[in-house]
Amino acid sequence: MQNQTPRLAMEGIVKEFPGVKALSDVNFQLFPGEVHALMGENGAGKSTLIKVLTGVYSIDGGTVTLEGNPIHVNSPLEAQELGISTVYQEVNLCTNLSVVENIFIGRQIMKKGRIDWKEMNRQADELLKRLNLNIDVTKLLSSYSVAMQQMIAIARALNVQAKVLILDEPTSSLDRDEVNQLFDVIRNLQKEGLAIVFVSHFLDQIYEISNRITVLRNGEWIGEYMTKDLPRLELVEKMIGKELNELTSISKGKGDEVQTEKRESFMEVENLSKTGNIQPFNLDIHEGEIVGLAGLLGSGRTELARLLFGADKPDTGEIKIKGVKKQLNSPKQAIANRIAFCSEDRKAEGIIPELTIRENMILAMQGTKGWFRFIPKKKQIEIADEYVELLNINPPNPEQLIKNLSGGNQQKVMLARWLITNPELLILDEPTRGIDIGAKTEIMKLMVSLSEKGMSILFVSSELDEVLRTCDKIAVLRDRKKVSEISNKDHKTQHDIMKEMAGGM
Amino acid sequence: MKKLNLDYKQLPLIATIILFIIMYAFGSFRYTGFFSSQVFLNLFIDNAFLIIVAVGMTFVILSGGIDLSVGSVIALTSMIAASLIMNAGLSPWIVIPICLLTGTLIGMGQGALIQYFNLQPFIVTLAGMFLARGLAYVISVETIAINHPFFSYMASGRIPIWGDNFISPSVIIAFVVVVIAVFVAHFTKYGRNVYAIGGNEQSALLMGLPVARTKVMIYTVSGFCASLSGLVFTFYMLSGYGLHANGLELDTIAAVVIGGTLLTGGSGYVAGSVVGVMILGIIQTVIVFEGTLSSWWTKIAIGALLLLFIVLQRVIVIRSKTKKGIISQH
Repeated sequence: MQNQTPRLAMEGIVKEFPGVKALSDVNFQLFPGEVHALMGENGAGKSTLIKVLTGVYSIDGGTVTLEGNPIHVNSPLEAQELGISTVYQEVNLCTNLSVVENIFIGRQIMKKGRIDWKEMNRQADELLKRLNLNIDVTKLLSSYSVAMQQMIAIARALNVQAKVLILDEPTSSLDRDEVNQLFDVIRNLQKEGLAIVFVSHFLDQIYEISNRITVLRNGEWIGEYMTKDLPRLELVEKMIGKELNELTSISKGKGDEVQTEKRESFMEVENLSKTGNIQPFNLDIHEGEIVGLAGLLGSGRTELARLLFGADKPDTGEIKIKGVKKQLNSPKQAIANRIAFCSEDRKAEGIIPELTIRENMILAMQGTKGWFRFIPKKKQIEIADEYVELLNINPPNPEQLIKNLSGGNQQKVMLARWLITNPELLILDEPTRGIDIGAKTEIMKLMVSLSEKGMSILFVSSELDEVLRTCDKIAVLRDRKKVSEISNKDHKTQHDIMKEMAGGM
Repeated sequence: MKKLNLDYKQLPLIATIILFIIMYAFGSFRYTGFFSSQVFLNLFIDNAFLIIVAVGMTFVILSGGIDLSVGSVIALTSMIAASLIMNAGLSPWIVIPICLLTGTLIGMGQGALIQYFNLQPFIVTLAGMFLARGLAYVISVETIAINHPFFSYMASGRIPIWGDNFISPSVIIAFVVVVIAVFVAHFTKYGRNVYAIGGNEQSALLMGLPVARTKVMIYTVSGFCASLSGLVFTFYMLSGYGLHANGLELDTIAAVVIGGTLLTGGSGYVAGSVVGVMILGIIQTVIVFEGTLSSWWTKIAIGALLLLFIVLQRVIVIRSKTKKGIISQH
């Protein structure tokens, strides 16, 4: 379609970190006056590509050309000087300074050796008018909303004679109206011929604003497509990839489904919501049921799980456990109601690296007992031995420090920590992320056998094949909203779920 | 010039000015002779050195740091000046540059340690405080009285302004320092960078500001101000002594904070610190006029005021946060 030369072209980009190939042979081209969306799941290499382009990381291979001239960017400052400006997800401005200062600081207009505030105010006004913003530029930045701050960040970026504007997840903390406001600004800039790179996890927004999409997956270049020629479903397929590894099949006893309906309900959730995190949703979890929670990154999976565990406070709605209305305002109350939560980020929220396997396992149990009723060491060793064997933890020595274990084995210790408390509902947030296939299979097998013993499990995962293989029913989230609930009965395929995840068909 | 717009962050400064007016009015009603222009000018004469050191400290605190070494640097400067003038018999025109250079180098060294070794300003300047005080005693443990025409002139020189009223040469020095500082803070890139660093150092870095250079400069300037203040203090006392200005760093910090500068950085005014110093001065004047009160009441009053202002600042920070609404992490 475009026969003009690209404003920016990246070809065969390679970036390696010790032990990992973060980008291999990635291409990216950007034309004047277009909004080009960069898509991919976590770890796909989007941020790495942006950081390579803006000089935060050095390039290990490939070429970058700006308006036909090869460039070598060594620092963010150099990138800015070349006309490549970035607005990050977090607003990187100083809230204690005025709007005009935030736009100009570092390159203030000087007159006779002093800052010319008058001229700066005038130019800032002009610049913001170009973005259709009419605000008092002498006020402090902190007196404006995050959305407005985001636009002021864009104004700052434009002030440097920008040729390329990179917007890295600019909408993640904005509400719908604010997003519209931002999109108006983007469209204006587009008309002026600016080339814009847009990164977002919100599919609706991608389809609303972008002309072209480049998809990355696992650091590899999957393809470049015109947005209008790429149906949502195909986009999601390309982002996730269809790697149906044939593992040992995990047999969730077929025929159980009929009984599922008859089983007692463990938790009923009605209209639960938290503004900005997740819109109101209903969810029933029965005893012995595995409920899958599927959705793209940023669709609100973790947020939903955190509400159920009392880690965040809901704005509306109620939770009933076994028919009784309960307030879950803190994880402590959730644990008292026999709910356990195995966090997605085991490094930051889970393991305590300097303690042994045994000590890590005992933590939650000791927590429920209270700190003064010490569990005798003999008992601790018994429990630890039991679970090390049950979960096949390697090395089979409970006195080993947990930091020396592989990711999969650390995950198993986390699982053991919560299993020891004998929960009735186990929430697993991405339990299989970053661990090898063998350990994944073991964890899934364990989930199935636990559910057969009557434990309810909420399984949050971005691995659709795992969800399909283990779950009785699957709740699908999109853009922070529960969009559907699929009963996993007759040969549902990844395709069916992806359709729901993509939406807007 | 920027338009004056009232917001929460200017509240402490306004509170300080109102407090000063109330205290001055209180003194004027209670004591005869309090309400005279010379009593007012004496506030400047007696506290010129404190104004100068508070100006340097204002920049440090604006950037989110702290400088505990200033009191000791004043003592060290007074010792160097006294010993070089009296024992070595050098001319003031050689001694004064040496004194200023000493403080500047100490400040620069501290700034470099803080920036390039990523150390806490508190601990680095604490070390600087012990070092400078120790060095002062190395020169002599005794007081060295100064008897030199230039110093005597600076000590007792009276510059008439109107009527019988007069100021000392030191007040002129302090005045020049304040004017330059106000200009630097509001009309130079360096000054604005200090505010930006105090607001959010990470953002300042990402906005491409010269954070490293600015931070080293801040402590260098504070060191320079401390040694200049040391000279003014020496004029005032006409002696060098290792115990001079003991604990003065804390008075300075108190003056800056009472003057409305946020201890966490990013917000405050040089002029506020001057008013802060004036408040400390007026408390002392009130106690002198009262006659029967022990001078320790000064400390009690400063303590109470400091507490009041820190609470006020916290309330303002909390208020402005709730105004913005809490932004969730996810």
